Amino acid sequence: MIAMRKPTRWLIGIFGIAFTTVFFIVPFAFIFTMAAKDQNEASKLQFSWPTHFQLWENIVTVFQSRDYMLIIAFINSFILTVASVTLMVVFGSMIAYVLDRRKSKLNPLVNTLVLAGLIIPPAVVPTIWVMQSLGIFKTLPGLIMVEVAFGLAFTVITMRAFIASIPREIDEAAIVDGAGPLRLFFQVVFPLLRSVIVTVIVVQSIFVFNDFQNPLYFLPGSQNATVQLTLFNYISQSQSSFNLLFANILVITIPMLIMYIVFNRQIVAGMTSGAVKG
Amino acid sequence: MSSPKTSDRPGTRTLDRPPRASAVHVDKTYPLWFYIPGAVVYLALFITPTLFSFYFAFTRWTLFKATFIGFDNFVLFFQEPGLIGSLKNTLVYGFTTSAAKVVLGMLLAVVLSAPIIARGYLRSVTFFPVLVSAVGVGITFQVLLDPFHGVVNAAITFFTHADGPGWLTNPAIALLSVAAIDVWKGVGLATLIYIAGIAAIPNEYFEAARVDGASAFQMFRNIILPLSFPATSTVITLSLIGGLRSFDLIWTTTQGGPGFSSDVIASVIYKNYQAGFYGLSTAGNVILFIVVTAIIYPLSRWMNRRETVL
Repeated sequence: MIAMRKPTRWLIGIFGIAFTTVFFIVPFAFIFTMAAKDQNEASKLQFSWPTHFQLWENIVTVFQSRDYMLIIAFINSFILTVASVTLMVVFGSMIAYVLDRRKSKLNPLVNTLVLAGLIIPPAVVPTIWVMQSLGIFKTLPGLIMVEVAFGLAFTVITMRAFIASIPREIDEAAIVDGAGPLRLFFQVVFPLLRSVIVTVIVVQSIFVFNDFQNPLYFLPGSQNATVQLTLFNYISQSQSSFNLLFANILVITIPMLIMYIVFNRQIVAGMTSGAVKG
Repeated sequence: MSSPKTSDRPGTRTLDRPPRASAVHVDKTYPLWFYIPGAVVYLALFITPTLFSFYFAFTRWTLFKATFIGFDNFVLFFQEPGLIGSLKNTLVYGFTTSAAKVVLGMLLAVVLSAPIIARGYLRSVTFFPVLVSAVGVGITFQVLLDPFHGVVNAAITFFTHADGPGWLTNPAIALLSVAAIDVWKGVGLATLIYIAGIAAIPNEYFEAARVDGASAFQMFRNIILPLSFPATSTVITLSLIGGLRSFDLIWTTTQGGPGFSSDVIASVIYKNYQAGFYGLSTAGNVILFIVVTAIIYPLSRWMNRRETVL
């Protein structure tokens, strides 16, 4: 990397800290302070430390409102995220693996379909029409399948570049040892994909958990809302109590924040070997 | 996009095996049915609706009954000023956000790849906005950019003693304000991709340049800029696709308003869907399909060629 003298390191670092504080820390601090204020103070929209610090009370109120709907929404969102990301990883890695290892006449078609999946915006109403005929419209399994279908292309592209870097000699050694195709893939190759799987899990979880558009179209109705939909509907309900609105934002951001902190180091590693390498 | 090179050698190298047998071996080792689970979901819920959209876009449609009406939906789309404006807004939004993410992402990544103090902290903080949902970001910035009481305009008044603009309420700048929020939210991902791209550049280049006495700027201009092209093409492709299809942030900040000033095709699709004009909504989908494909396909072909040249 570019070498730097010690004063330069400090100078640029301090400038960076100042810059990120204004542009990134202040908005986050704003969310936090708003979430801890009482209703009157929050309605002034100022960036200040709350005079009555009542973060916990606000969070409890948010959870209690509308018959604990946020808890149901959390359960829905977790099921949605875990199920769809798991299926994406399993299905996507199987496709990427065969696509890389086996040259068949299907390859050009599969490549075209994968690229199409990345580029083409999903056709909304026809998707609803198909889901209705399958009986999965307005159901959580239906939305899970939709997220899988929409996220598969990115997963395949990211994983394929990584699988290409795994030497085939490993496959051959396993075959000589008598492994069948299923054992070869799931017990030998799949564990080697760890770093790219972590990257895919993080990126797709953020996408699915924070998704607003697809639940809005394919899982309408308050019975089985996701956390993003409950937050959006909460805007009209709590227009006068900004403290609760921001407490809601804070609460539904924490799961992704924790996931990022846990996987922080491995994300860059996975991207270096997977998505970005030409 | 990155284009992995598949090697041409046969799948097995076992000795004393005729080539025919090894082809059978490949078939057995890498079975084609591995495609099936993903393909079923993908074909049913993505490809089928996409193909049918080309029929339903030409109909008046109630989900139960579709009447063929030729190009009427498209004519309507291009006659109404609100709808044609959404096409222009889509392009403006897509290109400004994508360009800003490339430039800022590259700059941030170069700084965050250098050995500066607090590097890990700075990398994390830049990525934080990516973790917040579009709904959360939308609400936060609606409040921050409030024309009368918002923090941003309070700061502007404090420094200049003049009133700040109505970021999201002035039709002339509402779209660009949302685009700026989008950049704020998305630049962390672009930066991460660039950091990975810069990390993949072999260190020998920097060492050689250092021996030759190159300045930091020369290293950036002659090593980082050309050799991080794969990252650039990834960032451009992903952010342009995301920008042209963007819905979440626009809907949660302005809902296409004031008037139609920040409407994009994706929000028009939703409005028509809400109003029950399913045929018109699907026509919007087809138009969006054509716009995105007409821009991304040649662009990614061109960038792939450049990548192989490098």
